[in-house]
Amino acid sequence: MSATTTQPGPGRSEAEDEAARIARQRHNEGIRAERRFGLMLCAPAVIVMAAVTAYPIAYAVYLSFMRADLRNPSDREFVGLDNYITILSSPYWWNAFFVTSFITVVGAALQLVLGMALAIVMHRTIVGRGLVRTSALVPYAIVTVVAAFSWRFAWSQGIGWLAGPDSAPLTERWPSLFIILLSEVWKTIPFMALLLMAGLALVPEDLLKAASMDGANAWQRFIKVTVPLMKPAILVALLFRVMDSFRIFDNIFVLTSGANDTSSVSVLAYNNLIRGLNLGIGSAMAVLIFLTIAIVAFVFIKGFGTAAPGADGGR
Amino acid sequence: MAATNTLETPRRKLYWGAVNAVVLIYAFVPVIWIVSLSLKSDGELNNGRYMTTSPTFEAYQQIFSNDDFTRALINSIGICLISTFLALLIGTSAAYAIARLQFPGKKAIVGASLLVAMFPQIALVTPLFSITVAIGIFDTWLGLIIPYITFALPLAIYTLSAFFREIPWELEKAAKMDGATPYQAFRKVIAPLAMPGVFTTAILVFINCWNDFLFALSLTTSTDARTVPAALSYFQGATTFEKPTQAIAAAAVIITIPIVIFVLFFQRRIVAGLTSGAVKG
Amino acid sequence: MAEIVLDHVVKRYPDGALAVDDFNLEIADGEFIILVGPSGCGKSTTLNMVAGLEDITQGELRIDGKVVNDKAPKDRDIAMVFQSYALYPHMTVGENMAFPLVLAGVDKSTINEKVGEAAEMLELTHHLDRKPANLSGGQRQRVAMGRAIVRSPKAFLMDEPLSNLDAKLRVQMRTQVSRIQKSLGTTTLYVTHDQVEAMTLGDRVVVMRGGIVQQVGSPTELYERPRNLFVAGFIGSPSMNFLPAQVEGDSLQTGLGSLRMPDRIRQAVDQSSSREVIVGIRPEHFEDNALVGDKAGSTVEVTVDLVESMGSDVFAYFTVRGDAATSGDLADLAADAGQDMHGEGTQVNARLDPASRVSAGGQSTLWVDTAKIHVFDAESGQNLTLEAHEPTPAATA
Repeated sequence: MSATTTQPGPGRSEAEDEAARIARQRHNEGIRAERRFGLMLCAPAVIVMAAVTAYPIAYAVYLSFMRADLRNPSDREFVGLDNYITILSSPYWWNAFFVTSFITVVGAALQLVLGMALAIVMHRTIVGRGLVRTSALVPYAIVTVVAAFSWRFAWSQGIGWLAGPDSAPLTERWPSLFIILLSEVWKTIPFMALLLMAGLALVPEDLLKAASMDGANAWQRFIKVTVPLMKPAILVALLFRVMDSFRIFDNIFVLTSGANDTSSVSVLAYNNLIRGLNLGIGSAMAVLIFLTIAIVAFVFIKGFGTAAPGADGGR
Repeated sequence: MAATNTLETPRRKLYWGAVNAVVLIYAFVPVIWIVSLSLKSDGELNNGRYMTTSPTFEAYQQIFSNDDFTRALINSIGICLISTFLALLIGTSAAYAIARLQFPGKKAIVGASLLVAMFPQIALVTPLFSITVAIGIFDTWLGLIIPYITFALPLAIYTLSAFFREIPWELEKAAKMDGATPYQAFRKVIAPLAMPGVFTTAILVFINCWNDFLFALSLTTSTDARTVPAALSYFQGATTFEKPTQAIAAAAVIITIPIVIFVLFFQRRIVAGLTSGAVKG
Repeated sequence: MAEIVLDHVVKRYPDGALAVDDFNLEIADGEFIILVGPSGCGKSTTLNMVAGLEDITQGELRIDGKVVNDKAPKDRDIAMVFQSYALYPHMTVGENMAFPLVLAGVDKSTINEKVGEAAEMLELTHHLDRKPANLSGGQRQRVAMGRAIVRSPKAFLMDEPLSNLDAKLRVQMRTQVSRIQKSLGTTTLYVTHDQVEAMTLGDRVVVMRGGIVQQVGSPTELYERPRNLFVAGFIGSPSMNFLPAQVEGDSLQTGLGSLRMPDRIRQAVDQSSSREVIVGIRPEHFEDNALVGDKAGSTVEVTVDLVESMGSDVFAYFTVRGDAATSGDLADLAADAGQDMHGEGTQVNARLDPASRVSAGGQSTLWVDTAKIHVFDAESGQNLTLEAHEPTPAATA
């Protein structure tokens, strides 16, 4: 019998120290190599993202404190918070802010409800599941601008199948806003539904069976079992959609170009920057949009405990 | 939604059939409408009907004989392909590191790319405009490719790192035990398993680039680099009185159809990609 | 085929945690060695060190006399079967099995021949063109075995290869693994947490706990002469019953009653000064007193709670009032078995002859074969009666 149980003997602690030292040394070498390799692999991505966002955003902040008008390039000077004051005291800004918030909030609510409905259909339907899942992806695949044109033509007087003979909804504010909302929601329901469906798939079937044995009806099962278990998926999906909706640009640009007080903050900033060539005002608006989105994201992640996607980052 | 009601009675089938029909109507009505519109003749244009009764391909002939459109189409395809390729090249190595290696700053990198994903692109328009003008790449392919890569990277990193985490890395050990060198283990075992994830990510990234409107509109002034979505919005202002509705519709169909086919064909993979990247990153 | 020696092997993680401490084992050529123990006992770490998948902190690993501590896995010529099978999902069964040979640059015809042989041995011939995803659990397991077999390595390492199979299949595969190993005669190191596998498969079994080898020996030896409480409780199913006891003269006072120690046991116990002890009685060392006649032993009166008739045996369960036996070893065992319910007293399991008429709820008189009992020091858990139990001839490996 060659094996023996360990007998503590003299000199053992020294051997132990030595062993620990060797282990640490090998481990440290391994760790250093792994760190170097990891950073090396990430470097290009970090550099590109930093160069294209960090520097420009710094530049935008700088411009936002300047009077900078491309029509008058020589007239560039530091004006402090003047641009911000101009914007924040402008009814156009607040109107655009209201429009954007309205579309974001109402849109997110609609997307959540309809997306959930679509997710449930895709998850539960007993006939033609493949067909439904595939077709539901169509709006996702359509270029936003194309979808916007489709809705615009549908309501164009004379041309459109939805337009009445005497009505031009895209020339009035509220009808326009609802059409913008429709176009936005139509396009984004599938994405929402997919995220929610992934959440639905995580709810164990046995739990729902148990709940129904405990006397819960379909609605109670949904509200008391499914939704609480899906909460993380719902919050992530909402976060994604809110962040994205707040940047709404394509739909409004194509549908109304921001006419009749239907500008979003992005459209307003675009008009000031590219059409008006007023870099100072436009940049200040961009900074304000950035801050708003950052605050909303912060509230979601810290306030509601939304798991930032990929934040776990571990193995 | 009922866990217990999975019996496939004829009534339930009928019920779900009706529900499915609603989904199909939702998904296809605007799409069929724009196709129908693109096929309408001038005489039919103003009848306000949903379906065309006498389809004609005039609009398609018109746009393909229009250099601005074909040029925009080439721009779109070229710019999106190059951006996708580069974003994947950079994103794959970063995603591998994030999924597989321990190193300081990993969380910061993940957080930073989340920040970029949520970044309001409009905030970059001015600085990018000034910078691209300053270094002479304004209104060129490169001027669009750079921001496209940037905004594709977070998507690529999330989706790919989610895919990479799914790979059973024990196989790497198994390969080593089977006598493979680290390089052989990667090339013969890990790379083939990673390919579907890379491919899916490529589709998602391509769709994102293809979809872009804001940068295409702001960072181009001529047909040199203008992509189709931006070109579409210029169609309308060509002449004040004649609005080339069918031409816009036809162009819209042209840039939509390939993507729709692509998505339908790779439906499963795309669903996996979209959800894995977002839900459990 | 090879002889593997682990010489004072230590695995210590950089945070100071000791995973394996001073592991010594000489594995003879062709021997089937089992590493067994509860999860976290260091058995898989030991296997990975032999495989080359983990560094050896200290000590030497020799294969056929050559130190291989710093050799890469691929240069050790050892095959491994993983718990998850680790089949390459993008390759067919045939490609999976051929993979090690392809890497080794073996020519095509030899590969086909070897894969064919292995497939035949494992009854996989008809599945060679299928992908692992289309196989059943048992088939996947066999492919994993096949991949290890084809290259005729010096040794097989198996990391809980059967634990993902259902109970019936596991028994079936167990005999197949044993048969393959015997016919190939390849040195095998096999990790499991299932003591039944350990008992049935191994030439020798290494019982580990907390990174330390508790005992090495043939299955019979471990069963009959467990060195301490841990080994006694871990080996054997159903497991040994433990009762706290006091030594008083020639008898042991237990909650069950007084057990008179035969001379050999008594002499062994008297060598030690401890009076507080733990008595270990295997279930089969009880018998219905009515069926025993006048063999030497003690009788005890118990109220049976439950009787399970298995046909070949009758299991009678009863509760012994009073404090349960406590020791670190036993706590570890209970945690491993997932037993955290502490009822009143100690549950005792007796395995009786099917002719027994004991019934639940009734008073029964049971006989205890006191010559077979083990007495452990309550403090250290060491078996005081090791010398009292004759090694059976087979146990002297």
